[in-house]
Amino acid sequence: MIKKAKLISVLCGLALLAAVVAGCGGQAGQQGEQGQEEEQGGAKGSITAVGSSALQPLVEEAAAQFMAGNTEAQIVVQGGGSGTGLSQVASGAANIGNSDVFAEEKLTAEEAAQLVDHKVCVVGMAAVVNPDITVEDVTQQQLIDIFTGKITNWKELGGPDVKVQLVNRPSSSGTRATFKAFALKGAEEAKGIEQDSSGTVRQIINETPGAIGYLALSYLDDSVKTLKLDGVEANQENICTGKYPVWAYEHMYTKGEPTGLAKDFLDQMLSDEVQNNLVVELGYIPATEMKVERDAQGNVSNI
Amino acid sequence: MNWKLFFDRAGRGLTLLCAALVILLTISIIYFISSKGLATFFVNGISPGEFLFSDQWLPERSLSEGGPQMGAAAFIIGSLLVSLLAVGISAPLGIIVAVFIVEIAPGWGQRVLQPAVELLAGIPSVVYGYIGLSLLVPFIRVYFGGGGFSLLAGFLVLSVMILPTIISVSTDSLRALPLEYKHASYALGSTRWQTIRMVLIPAARSSLITAVVLGMARAFGEALAVQMVIGNTREIPTSILSPMMTMTSAITMDMGATVMGTTWNNALWSMGLLLLLMSLFFILIIRLVVRKGAVQ
Repeated sequence: MIKKAKLISVLCGLALLAAVVAGCGGQAGQQGEQGQEEEQGGAKGSITAVGSSALQPLVEEAAAQFMAGNTEAQIVVQGGGSGTGLSQVASGAANIGNSDVFAEEKLTAEEAAQLVDHKVCVVGMAAVVNPDITVEDVTQQQLIDIFTGKITNWKELGGPDVKVQLVNRPSSSGTRATFKAFALKGAEEAKGIEQDSSGTVRQIINETPGAIGYLALSYLDDSVKTLKLDGVEANQENICTGKYPVWAYEHMYTKGEPTGLAKDFLDQMLSDEVQNNLVVELGYIPATEMKVERDAQGNVSNI
Repeated sequence: MNWKLFFDRAGRGLTLLCAALVILLTISIIYFISSKGLATFFVNGISPGEFLFSDQWLPERSLSEGGPQMGAAAFIIGSLLVSLLAVGISAPLGIIVAVFIVEIAPGWGQRVLQPAVELLAGIPSVVYGYIGLSLLVPFIRVYFGGGGFSLLAGFLVLSVMILPTIISVSTDSLRALPLEYKHASYALGSTRWQTIRMVLIPAARSSLITAVVLGMARAFGEALAVQMVIGNTREIPTSILSPMMTMTSAITMDMGATVMGTTWNNALWSMGLLLLLMSLFFILIIRLVVRKGAVQ
């Protein structure tokens, strides 16, 4: 009797376990079906856009607008970082991968070759310092010397007698990669404080005497002081004309040419409606305004 | 069909299933972290010696310069330092507070102090981090020098965070002691202080060690609050005021921005594996101590 009871309970348990596993499997199956549905065209079904946290606010707003106009469509936007976005879209786990950097910089050549790039906007970056620093303008060489640890006190640049305190982003961050490539010409930075969110970086620079860091233009405000680079101010006009070199594209990648809902949504992202309103409102630079372009190797040419 | 019997068996099946799920979950997590973490050494060819003992963390170094170097020593030492120093403050403080709650002021301590301590445990770590960032870091910068972001800020924040763990486990263990110990000690003419120092604390020793180890494990795994105040500089700290980096911080900062399967990403998993092994080690210590020091 007892043995029987044991047997029945084990069987019950196994049956339930099987049901749970089947449930998980079932969900995966459903997602696959939804994927097929959107390939039949029309703005319905469901897609996911994953990746860059710098681009996330824009994609979220655009997706909300798109879904308001297409009630059948479901666009799920997630953060997670550029690396996550690129690996998810390359493996087919997400329909769109958002990234601050070219796929070639993070993925292998054959993985990157499968992806199609949609440059939805441009983001500029500027060196910012603590408001008490009287220095207004630095040359690129001075900036490199500051970040590589050659210049350790602001008085060397005619500022107050305060030690330089570097505030970096982690080496995996897209903002840092862009700043390093185009503001520092690839020079290896000295070790400094690292923080992985732009808001925290801004707060630290505002509070710490002698602090210098860098922020995307959309994060600039009165609490920090923006430096000119070689006399050129970091603003939309100078970036569009190619005068100010520190900027990067915000990319939305698809695996192969986009179809169905993904295509409709990306078309909307590149439409004048989004480019001239939402993109500008959120502090990005419309991709359509650019008079220069840059390839994955960093070569700039006029359009 | 006897319904009572049926429900009895179904209930057994349900509890068995839940237990099986938890075991399955634990095994799969350990398997996943191990497979990812060991790939660094078996697939990417990083030597375990370099990972553990080198402080050169150069994940992006080009192949022409010798390829990526993944030395996590600075993070490992950082994690150990910050947790040990936090425990160094909190263990004596926590045990003394527990003695106060149980022995010195049982009524007041239990009614007021214990709920206050439990409240401390309920504060989310991001709040601790934010308070540390806004108050503690500027305070250290102004009164002690340095940039403010430092080992000191890290272990001070941690020591407050692990106090509730140490205090509540210690009070429970002191309360569980048989009353006869105290009575016998008084009967021999001991003062209250002698009773506490010579009888009660030694009798509760193994549970008090458990409390401290649990606090240490909590300190070791805390990521967010520490990350906000230590400055995250990838170097071995040279003084109590220098900024530093812990393993948890290194993982959270780079995990999202690195691509699954790359050497860099796998090295982060290796640190996760190391954290997992450390917590298994802590659990093992607790098991050994409890078995050895149990009151007969």
